[in-house]
Amino acid sequence: MSQKTDFITSIKEDFAAVSQARAAVEPDWLKGLRETAFARFESMGIPTTKHEDWKYFSLKKLTKKTFPSATQTQGLSISSSDLSAKYPGSFGKYNVVFVDGHFDADLSSLEGLPKGITASSLQDALQGEQADAVKTELMKQLDRNDLHVFSALNLAMFSGGAWVSVAKNAVVEEPIHMVYLSTAKGEEQAHHTRSLIVAEANSQASFTEHFVSLEGGSAWTNAVTEFVVAENAHIDHVKVQEENQETFHISNMQVEQARSSTFASCAFSLGGLLVRNDIGAALLGEGIECTLNGFFSADGEQVVDNHTFIDHAFPHCNSYETYKGVLDGKGSGVFNGKILVRQDAQKTDAKQNNQALLLSDDAQMSSKPQLEIFADDVKCTHGATSGFLNKEAMFYLQARGIPKSEARGLLTFAFANDVVGGVKHEALREYLENFLILRFRDQ
Amino acid sequence: MLLEVKDLHASIDGKEILRGINLEIRPGEVHAIMGQNGSGKSTLSQVLAGRDIYEVTKGQVLLNGEDLLEMEPEERAHAGLFLAFQYPVEIPGVGNSYFLRAALNANRKARGEEELDGVSFLKLIRSKIELLKMDKSFLKRSLNEGFSGGEKKRNEMLQMAVLEPKLAILDETDSGLDIDALKIVANSVNALRNTERSFVVITHYQRLLNHIVPDYTHVVADGRIVKTGGKELALRLEEEGYDWLKQEAASA
Repeated sequence: MSQKTDFITSIKEDFAAVSQARAAVEPDWLKGLRETAFARFESMGIPTTKHEDWKYFSLKKLTKKTFPSATQTQGLSISSSDLSAKYPGSFGKYNVVFVDGHFDADLSSLEGLPKGITASSLQDALQGEQADAVKTELMKQLDRNDLHVFSALNLAMFSGGAWVSVAKNAVVEEPIHMVYLSTAKGEEQAHHTRSLIVAEANSQASFTEHFVSLEGGSAWTNAVTEFVVAENAHIDHVKVQEENQETFHISNMQVEQARSSTFASCAFSLGGLLVRNDIGAALLGEGIECTLNGFFSADGEQVVDNHTFIDHAFPHCNSYETYKGVLDGKGSGVFNGKILVRQDAQKTDAKQNNQALLLSDDAQMSSKPQLEIFADDVKCTHGATSGFLNKEAMFYLQARGIPKSEARGLLTFAFANDVVGGVKHEALREYLENFLILRFRDQ
Repeated sequence: MLLEVKDLHASIDGKEILRGINLEIRPGEVHAIMGQNGSGKSTLSQVLAGRDIYEVTKGQVLLNGEDLLEMEPEERAHAGLFLAFQYPVEIPGVGNSYFLRAALNANRKARGEEELDGVSFLKLIRSKIELLKMDKSFLKRSLNEGFSGGEKKRNEMLQMAVLEPKLAILDETDSGLDIDALKIVANSVNALRNTERSFVVITHYQRLLNHIVPDYTHVVADGRIVKTGGKELALRLEEEGYDWLKQEAASA
């Protein structure tokens, strides 16, 4: 039996085991949903490098192992004040915290939510007043003809997630934080989380997602986050992934936007061994603005692959993408930015920019802007550059007495910190800046 | 002797630009260097600062008796060399304040002096910023980003004032400046003039030399210094051009 077959077999066994455990607690429709989703996953199969979208991202290292779903962790040594001290930008007043894929009520803080916003664990929401809304969102996924293979698996397996609903006209100042902690526990386990955020018409809210490993040890994060942004709603999102260097991080973010809405997201991939982020945004109305920015760092043997897809289906929508990466050691980066401009999407303005800084001879970057334009009155610009540190800038700094290594660090930090500038929340911006200072500037 | 340049030859991409430069600069002197485009003026300044795109094929340069060409660019800065660039590069993401303090502290560290903390540093540069009429927002902005040509040149002068070099080379610092900006630049140079510090003022136009009066004027042509004179030489070049020099060289 090949290793991949072992991997799939272990997942099947895992699914059978958790399904049994859940049968008692979950409604029938959910059971059916999970079974259908799993069948979908099985029929799609684990992608190989022969698949166009997985050409530069081999899953061999993942499929060589087996990752049963993590069980709920008891007796965690970390407290919410620890989290608050360690991650001030991503842990604040309102937090939905997951440990190894399971909602942790003790670490979460969901009391005193402002009027107009509901936030809870997905499990709790399924039993609450908004159960129907949750059901609708989940069932919707099966109607997709572009359901991602790992999202299908996630739908079958998810053990926890957040549910946030922002009511019509509600403007929420305080961000909602979602924190996904991985303990590894010395065993290799999978954490399947699925977070759903629905923002109704004219609402405004901001979200952060933070993925972090509390200890060493390998784990597999299979996370899905979905945003439904209604007419004239405005959503801001920042994701920070800083899991340990043995973790496999596969994430899928889907955004659905209605007329006149805005969605701005910035994703930082700072850890993990194999990291694959798929982001899709469907612009389903006129006058929509969608911003997908990101920064990634790959060193050692890390591979970070960002695949984005923006679907301009209606006229007068603007989309902006800036992805910057720093690659060192034998690190490998992949950026595939697909933009579809449908025939009716006149006056589309789409800007895509991908820059990679290569710090070593073995570092690699594959960039593929993929523009499919079927309308004839549009503005679509894209740029992809991969290069080394600017020699002129290096010389300028050295000529002023700054030693070569310090100049290198300073320029690398400057390159990376540029993306941080777009993060609105000061505490999170400071956190990221300090992270980058430690990693690049003050080495 | 502060700077000794002996028979310096340098090439770029196999093309020889400097063809035997000889120059002696004593402490406290101001030397002007003039010459037509392509004569090698800028190349000389870049080679002295240590730009690695130029290959030194022959010759020697001593700064205070030490072999300058053996030093890395940062070591040359530590040894007291300063080059005010003709086209200062923009470095987004590196703050003016951070950069200046890092440069100053790197030099202080190399000299065995204590590094300056943020507060002391701000005190030090406050007066210099005012003197050079830099914008209030200057410290918060990125290095030269969005600066006009004149602002970039004034920023070079500010750095010079903060770093207090032994030998400052100004590479066409006056190019593109109006009278007012020119005066600011000249004042900052003159404010630093003393018996220990020397300046090499590379210029295309004579006007700057009305304000920064040189002790010597050298004319560079075809990668060599073809004439050395006093301050009158610059005036003559401005009035008569370079032809008379070529005739002189031909008849020699």
